[in-house]
Order: sequence, then structure tokens, then C-alpha cells
Amino acid sequence: MVGDSKVGGRRERGDVAARYAPVAGYEGFRLLRRRYRRSALVAATLFLGWYFAYVGLSAFARGFMARPVAGDVNVALLLGLVQIVSTFVMAGAYLAYARRRLDPLAGELR
Amino acid sequence: MIGQVTGHALTFGLFSVLVLGTLGITVWARATTRGADDFYAGGRTFSGPQNGIALAGDYMSAASFLGIAGLIALSGYDGFLYSIGFLVAWLVALLLVELMRNTGRFTLGDVLSQRVRRQPPVRRAAVVSTVTVSVFYLLAQMVGAGALVSLLLGIHRGEKFLGMSASAARTVTIVAVGALMILYVAFGGMKGTTWVQIVKSALLMAGAAALTALVLGRFGFDVGAMLGSAADASGKGDAFLRPGLRYGQDVPGDAYQTIVNKLDFISLALALVLGTAGLPHIVNRFFTVPDGRAARRSVAWAIGLVGAFYLMTPALGFGAAALVGRSKIVAQDPSGNTAAPQLAQAVGEHYGGRVGGDVLLACIGAVAFATILAVVSGLVLASSTSLAHDYFGQVLMFGRPRESQEVAVARFAAFLVGALAIVLAVAARNLNVAFLVALAFAMAAAANLPAIVLTLFWRRFNSAGVVAGIYGGLVSSLVLVVFSPVVSGKTDPVTGESLSLFPASVDFHLFPLENPGLVSIPIGFLCAVAGTLLGREKADPERYDDLSVRALTGAGAH
Repeated sequence: MVGDSKVGGRRERGDVAARYAPVAGYEGFRLLRRRYRRSALVAATLFLGWYFAYVGLSAFARGFMARPVAGDVNVALLLGLVQIVSTFVMAGAYLAYARRRLDPLAGELR
Repeated sequence: MIGQVTGHALTFGLFSVLVLGTLGITVWARATTRGADDFYAGGRTFSGPQNGIALAGDYMSAASFLGIAGLIALSGYDGFLYSIGFLVAWLVALLLVELMRNTGRFTLGDVLSQRVRRQPPVRRAAVVSTVTVSVFYLLAQMVGAGALVSLLLGIHRGEKFLGMSASAARTVTIVAVGALMILYVAFGGMKGTTWVQIVKSALLMAGAAALTALVLGRFGFDVGAMLGSAADASGKGDAFLRPGLRYGQDVPGDAYQTIVNKLDFISLALALVLGTAGLPHIVNRFFTVPDGRAARRSVAWAIGLVGAFYLMTPALGFGAAALVGRSKIVAQDPSGNTAAPQLAQAVGEHYGGRVGGDVLLACIGAVAFATILAVVSGLVLASSTSLAHDYFGQVLMFGRPRESQEVAVARFAAFLVGALAIVLAVAARNLNVAFLVALAFAMAAAANLPAIVLTLFWRRFNSAGVVAGIYGGLVSSLVLVVFSPVVSGKTDPVTGESLSLFPASVDFHLFPLENPGLVSIPIGFLCAVAGTLLGREKADPERYDDLSVRALTGAGAH
């Protein structure tokens, strides 16, 4: 519909802007929020820590990074490859967690 | 000479097919675009995988395809190292995407203004940040496009082409690319742009995969042999396969400069990892799917595609170092941007002689052209959406615009932003503006990410905090770059030539790092916190609760 109220999305009556606020007190929601925050915090710490460890090694531990692993492949190349693989693994793990532990709770609350 | 002419003709032919095909998509999209949901969010009917492919298309710019391949070809391992940050960054987006999709409608401004008491200043800040980040990124892409397309068409410095000098050809190219991008956005909206991205993404992945297979085949699928011969051909030996040729360089006898170089590298890494989730053209794409779960799935698809792509770039880069060689690459383009097309020609010649070389070169050139067109369109769309929806609709019309009017403004804004980008890019066509990509990431990380994270997770965050965080991050990034060595004061130690934007005689640099992120990202967070605490307004706890519930459950999402 042209010109309908959807484009606005602003407060229409006093309470509309906080329509879902009461749900925040539900036990199910608290559990969902706790799980999301914990998993996001753990994931972020892990992947940022691991990435900056790699960056740090590249900047400060060049001798270690230069060690040969097999033929012309050295530690630096291997760790770069592991970064890509670990990104895939981390994404997969978070997706699986969200599907199993977050989505059902969110579905009940919605 | 005859071979070259056929090559040119083939390149022209493929470019024309691309242009016609994408314009066809645009015409179709125009006919099926009805209202704001269609224009800004493609009707929200794209599936997770479709949107994931488009996200990857938006993200893998010519800077990643040609730039990273060239970087690896010239600097070896460090080019690969650079690409890793671009990939890991997507994990930040994966953690936030569902919450952002659930709380916004079309733009970053929607997400940020949900819970604040005073919307207009927050919307304005979001518009300023969106347009600034997009225009800088756009400028880098378009100046690059001018240089690249001229090179792909085989116009070298000092050569004439259809009676034009190389500089004139660049101008023509920039204007043509700009005109196409305006057409895609103004008429096709998000629907047209998304399909253009999907086509481009598929072409890019197919092109990169084919080239990778051919390169590896050339070495009997022995990666070690390819690495070895790249290291030998580079003239740098084993150092070519280790970090340190470009980022965080050790300067013998100068401990200060060595530390500065390493901090600069860490600063770049920080901006890449934290910037992606705040890039406006990426954020807007979160809203083209029906719900939060589909948005999460689309980011997962993007991670898969971007990761697969960055697994292939080393083959292209090291392959070019081994098969084309440094001197030939530098002769074409000093920053190595033509390494991938040159590799295509070399590999094609190996397998199919002269004709094979021309055909493969034309194909990879067309892929690069599609990449440029698609990415610039995404950026213009993000800016015009924000100008029309956040500024016109929510600020000027107090959140009560007529939908048809707002969409008309968005189409007009696409012309405006596109024209601005064309003018700026033509003016800067002979400057080295590659640093603008890293700057755009740093600004997105410093200005947008703090506002997004604190909006979602900090109960006390308020309008003053959003505004202070966005402007603080944006201004500090800009100021630091202006006084950094990328703008003035960096000279080649051997030749004394300027490596900055300004000529060697001008030097007003005060800040030692080329990448502002290490300083400006903390400043963005600090400003956001300080603005919140100093602002007189108290956050509304009910609205924060409401936002939390919407974000995590998807209740009431558009």
C-alpha cells in the first residue's frame, strides 16, 4: 500500500515502541540471551585470538614462520591454510550451535 | 598485430555481452520493482544461498581479485597474509547478522535508531558515515577501474587507442563505468543489483577456478613445484614464501621504523577484521532475505565462497610470479594489478598458442570488468538507500514519507552519488588511491562497529553515544590519514620519488602509521562510551528490552 504506516516504523501509540519488552523477563528469553552471549563471546575470543596470534607470529616470529614443513611449504604457508580451514570450522560450529540451542528457544518465544 | 586486434575485438565482444546482459537484468528488475521493500531490499525474497552468493560478489572487489593476486605476485606470502583478514572478518558478521537483520528494515540507520529517544541526529550520523565510507571505497574502485579497463583493452602509457591517449581513455572508462552503475541502481534497485552480483560472483568463481586449474596443471598439480619456481623467479628466494616483504618490514639499524612498520601491519589487520561487519553495502544486503535465519545462512554461504576464493588466489599470484615474472608484471602496472590477466594470457598461450592466450585474456578481463561494475553498483545503492530512507524519509519527512516519493528520491540520489563519484574519480584518475580501500575498512570499523555493538549489547547506550561514536570514529580515521605517510612525506629511499599522494616536496605528516585503525577504532569506542555518559538523556530500559527480544527472537521483524 502506498503511503501506509510501514515506511515510518515510529512510535504510534506510547507503548508500541516497547511492545516486546515484557518478554525480556521470561525465563526462556533469559536462557536464550545467556546462551547467545556466551557462545558469541567464546567464538569471538577464539577466532580473534587465533587470528591475531597468526598476525603476531607473522610480524614478530619470522624465524619460526620460515621453518620448512615439507619441501617448499613452510610454517607460514601452513598456518595461513589453517586460518582458512579454522574459519570454516568455526563458522560451521557456530551454525550448528545456533540451530540446535538457539533457534528452538527463539521459536518458542516468537 | 593481427592477433592483438582479434584479442581486442574478443574483449570488446565479451564486455558488450556483459553490459547487455546486465542491462537486461536491470530492465526486468525495473518492471518488477513496486515499492520500498522491492527497491531497498529486493522484496526480501532472496534465499540464504542466493544472498550469500551476492554478498560474496559485493565483497570480492577488483581489489581482491586483481589486487591480491598482484600483491602475491610481487610480494609473495604477504599478499596471502593480507587476504586472510578479509575472510576472518566474516566471522564477526556471522555473530551479528541475525540480530541486525531482526532489528533493522533497510539500513544501518534503522538498526541504530530503534531504541534511541532522539532519532534524527542518529539517522543523520548514520547517513554521513554510510555515504563517506561508500564514496571513499567507490573512489578507489572507480579510479582502479579507469586504469584497469584501459590496460585490459591493451592501452599502454603513451599509446593511442581510437585516437585517445591513455589518460583520456581512463576518463572515458570511468565515465562509462559510472553511467552503467547509475543505470543499474536507479532502475534496478536492490533486485537488479543483487542479480548482477550473483552473475558476477558466478563468473568470478568460475574464472578463478578455471585459471587455478590451468596454472596447477602447468606444474603437474604439484603445489610445491609451483611455490619453488615462484620463489626462484621472484629473485628473492625463500623470503618470497615468508612474511615480511611488504607488511611489518624489518629495517636494519632502525628499530623505531621497524616497530612502526609492525604496528602499521597490526593496525591494517585490525581494520580488516572489524570493518567488514560495518560496511554499509554489506549491511544493507542483510535485509534482502525473509528472516534472521536466512540472513545467517547467507553469511555462511559468503564465508564458504570467499574462503574458497582466497584458497585459489595464491595459485594465481604465485603462478603469475613463476610464469609471467616480476619484470613483465611491473612493466604493465607497478602495483601488479594486471598480474592475473597477464597470467591468463601466459597460461592460455601455453595450452592453445597465440589464440588461446588472447581468448583466456579476454575471458579473465571480462570477469574483472564484471567485478568492477557489480561492486560499484552495490556501493552506490547503499548510499542512495541511506540518503533516501534515513535522511529524506525519516529526518526531513519525520518518518511519514509517501513510499513512492521516498523511492523516487532514492533513484535520484543514485544519480547524485554516482555523478559525484564520477567527478571525483576523473579528478583523481592519475593518483595512487589504493589506500582508500583500507581507509574505508578502518572507518567502518571505527565509526559503525562501536555503534552497532553497543546498540545491541549496552543497556545505557543512548543517542548522544551513537552520534559521538560515529563522528568520533569517522573524523579520527580521516584526520589520522590526512597526517599520515600515505598523504605526504613518504619517499622511495633509492630514487627519492614520492610514494604519497602529494609530491615529494610536500611533507606535513605527523602520524607515523599508514593505517589509522589501531588508534581510531579505540577512539570510536571511547567516544561512544563518553558520549553516552556525558549526554544528559537517559536510555529507555524498556526500549532496550524490546530491542533485545526482537534481535534474538526475530519477533516483530519486517
